[in-house]
Amino acid sequence: MIAPPVPQRKVLTDDMVARIEALAPRYPDRRALTLPALHIVNAELRHVPLEAVVEIAAVLGLAPAEVQDTLTFYQFFHQDKPHGKVRVFVCRSISCALRGGDELLTGVCGKFGIEPYGTTVDGELTIEPAECLGACDFAPCMLANDDLLRNMTPETAAAELVKPRARAT
Amino acid sequence: MQPFQPVLLEAVGIPDGHGLASYRSRGGYAPLEHVLRDKKPADVIETVKASGLRGRGGAGFPTGLKWTFLPKDHPGPIYLCVNADESEPGTFNNRILMEDDPHQVLEGIVLSAFATRASTAYIYLRYEYPRSWHRLQGAIDEAYAAGLLGRRILGSDFSLDVHLHRGAAAYICGEETGLIESLEGKRAWPRIKPPFPAIEGLFRKPTVVNNIETMACVAQIFRRGVEWFRSIGVPADPANPRDPGSYGPKLYCLSGHVERPGCYEAPLGITARQLIDHHGGGVWKGRKAKAVIPGGISMGLMTEAELDTPLDFAGPGKVGCLGLGTAAVVVIDDATSIVDVLHNSARFFAHESCGQCTPCREGTSWSLRILERIRAGKGRLADLDLLLEMGNTMGMMPGSTICGLADGAAWPMKNAIKKFRGEFEDYIRRTNPSGWMVTDPVPALQIVGAH
Repeated sequence: MIAPPVPQRKVLTDDMVARIEALAPRYPDRRALTLPALHIVNAELRHVPLEAVVEIAAVLGLAPAEVQDTLTFYQFFHQDKPHGKVRVFVCRSISCALRGGDELLTGVCGKFGIEPYGTTVDGELTIEPAECLGACDFAPCMLANDDLLRNMTPETAAAELVKPRARAT
Repeated sequence: MQPFQPVLLEAVGIPDGHGLASYRSRGGYAPLEHVLRDKKPADVIETVKASGLRGRGGAGFPTGLKWTFLPKDHPGPIYLCVNADESEPGTFNNRILMEDDPHQVLEGIVLSAFATRASTAYIYLRYEYPRSWHRLQGAIDEAYAAGLLGRRILGSDFSLDVHLHRGAAAYICGEETGLIESLEGKRAWPRIKPPFPAIEGLFRKPTVVNNIETMACVAQIFRRGVEWFRSIGVPADPANPRDPGSYGPKLYCLSGHVERPGCYEAPLGITARQLIDHHGGGVWKGRKAKAVIPGGISMGLMTEAELDTPLDFAGPGKVGCLGLGTAAVVVIDDATSIVDVLHNSARFFAHESCGQCTPCREGTSWSLRILERIRAGKGRLADLDLLLEMGNTMGMMPGSTICGLADGAAWPMKNAIKKFRGEFEDYIRRTNPSGWMVTDPVPALQIVGAH
């Protein structure tokens, strides 16, 4: 049997692969590394292009379709182009909606001149609606990278979102 | 009301309360030391069974009994999955436990793993909790350094590794077999049961899935005793031999239209009205409640007249709700349209249906489209019966789906239309004066692409 060619990696860096491999002892099956690998790539590239899917599959010993199947299920990993440096999730579920969550999403998108799911032209900011963020005690709320922004209005949110933020982990 | 001293939330507000030193100063990890020195796994299971602890994640299944379903004398490995995918709208108590007292959770995990002979525990944490991630990882690192995790814990023969595994924003991963599939790296499609996870779970090995709050309760049962735990809550109904009772403290998440939203610890069986008035400072703006969600949106709706219902495991079911669920109490004031509330619920479930079972995938998305049409002023009275028909036929209970997500989508629909039918009918008549009586099929608002 002829071994399949080892593809030359173009998207995944040695560091990314090393970080994926460092998690391998945690699981008896390498397929369980799929989500951790997608997160590692996404945290760096702010999206997971199809080339990365093929390379992750090669690292994990899976078919690219298996990785792609998992990726698309979650609707979490952008594939065509990177999300903004700050990725914002605005809660639209019931506790936030009762206290102005839908108006917050529309209002804050309007302040930055984008539609929900859109990215500002400078690539700084992506704003997406999200289901319950589990911070209903601070409704309406949003998540900006790792920061929970509590009891927001479109005005306070717009002021918060122009501040620099740590990258999502 | 009797004053109640919080136990599960005792670290909240204490400076550095999340650290190991603080947890130990409150008596933490001493019970674990005692158990590992003097007890056998079977003793731990017996203690948890005797406490009457029921799972806090939503289903309320007795925790100790769940553990006994594992095969006897299995060569291993056995896995413990800790469900921290808290995603039920209105629910946030796991977040507070993980952020403010992660060692309480970890001690419960070690005790539970010892009882079930698990050598690896995975904490499946939802993506949206970055602060929980950092706090838990910090606590895990502290625990390893202190010999509370890893090889031969506290000098005993028991070893345990705990790993954090991060989700990617999907509600279905809170369903225990969806969680297992997701952890294995696949799409989170729930499995047909049996086999139950206790027999064939993660990586096809025996697996226990328990909620974060359940783990915190286990830690407190070993610190304060079975008698203490059983002195709180609602005893089993002697007239019902199948009622295991509702023992212990419970974290109620209060949100929506109340003056003081928050996570409040109270004995199981507090009524919704007591919770809203005593803890929540009443309905906001001096208004009255129109409806209250008793335990996360999938449990349905109680009316104002039903607010004296005790929020124990048996209470909400007595007024037609699905159950206690996650005990997330969401208050909806009398200035809110119930049509908007149901639309919000339908949007959630249409977005979160995993797509595996047709009645759920189609039922949740079509109920959303019907509600969008009603809100666009094109509703018909016939739509209400159509929604009820879908609500009565999608789910595990009617037997058409693999998991309970569709039951959770159906319940608010059935409750809202049955309990507030007059408001729906008035809304439809008012917004569609020329067409409310039509019973012909109607075209959808927009052409919907195939999946």
